[in-house]
Amino acid sequence: MSASGEGAGPGGRVVLVTGGSRGIGLGCARRFQDLGDRVAVTYRHAPPAELAGAGPDAVDLFPVACDVRQPAEVESAFGAVEAALGPVEVLVANAGVTKDTLLLRMGEEAWDEVLDTNLSGVYRVVRRGLGPMVRARRGRIVVVSSVVAFFGSPGQVNYGAAKAGLVGLARSLAREVGSRGITVNVVAPGVVDTDMIATLGEQRVEQLLALVPLGRRASPADVAGAVAFLASDDAAYITGAVLPVDGGLAMGM
Amino acid sequence: MGDDASFDKFKACAIDVLQVPPDKVVPEARFGDDLDADSLDLVELVMALEEAFDVTVDESELEGIETVGQAYELISAKL
Repeated sequence: MSASGEGAGPGGRVVLVTGGSRGIGLGCARRFQDLGDRVAVTYRHAPPAELAGAGPDAVDLFPVACDVRQPAEVESAFGAVEAALGPVEVLVANAGVTKDTLLLRMGEEAWDEVLDTNLSGVYRVVRRGLGPMVRARRGRIVVVSSVVAFFGSPGQVNYGAAKAGLVGLARSLAREVGSRGITVNVVAPGVVDTDMIATLGEQRVEQLLALVPLGRRASPADVAGAVAFLASDDAAYITGAVLPVDGGLAMGM
Repeated sequence: MGDDASFDKFKACAIDVLQVPPDKVVPEARFGDDLDADSLDLVELVMALEEAFDVTVDESELEGIETVGQAYELISAKL
């Protein structure tokens, strides 16, 4: 349990953010840090030194290597976090990849890789994280989906399928564990200023921004605000919800 | 088959996971009606038993298990 114990307000919880070395995940990790939580992040590529070197506000993140496609790595990552910080009370399942191409050219490999990371990876992480939450009779799970789940996106059949699958995953799980004081919610970000969006190309991003009522891309911090809310006491009665953070792009479609 | 010691161990698991008084954990007690356990409680109990007895219980073996006695038989047959 957290050092500050139960009822300590928003701070002092043990938070794990998968894919937390950059982009939306890092934004979430920093937000929870600002709230006084103790935050672990999993990363696949970036070594810890790079993470710690990201700035003084990143120094206290607890980085742990984890490829969410590997069940053994998920297990060892949770083991390391539990040993260092304690049981995870807030889990943000954020790790995801893209492998874009039009369906006619999308081979099994591109399909499998994206589904394995973005959907099955969340299954693995959430399944591992859930046991201690069930025993503790409380916990917060926030799953990072995407506007693509609802709005579609050419070249992202694999990504859209995985991100839509997360909604079904989260809602079914919300029904399973609601009686244990555990909430499971989804955020669906739109065009966010990250490395992932950069791979779409400037032209495609401009096309999308033309459809965004708020007229700009989101910062990772914009998404982090929604995630932090769903993990907060203020969201105690919210579960199975999908919260769009897309500047109005899909308008809750 | 099991013995008194292993039933005590089984009982301890059930008391701990289901949060029920010891005197309610008797062979004829029904998990749903008598011990007020829902499906998630039972999954938790099975996982606790697997760990305590170092056995593996397949999902299919749980079908039709409704009483403490039936569950204990299932576990003790694996010991």
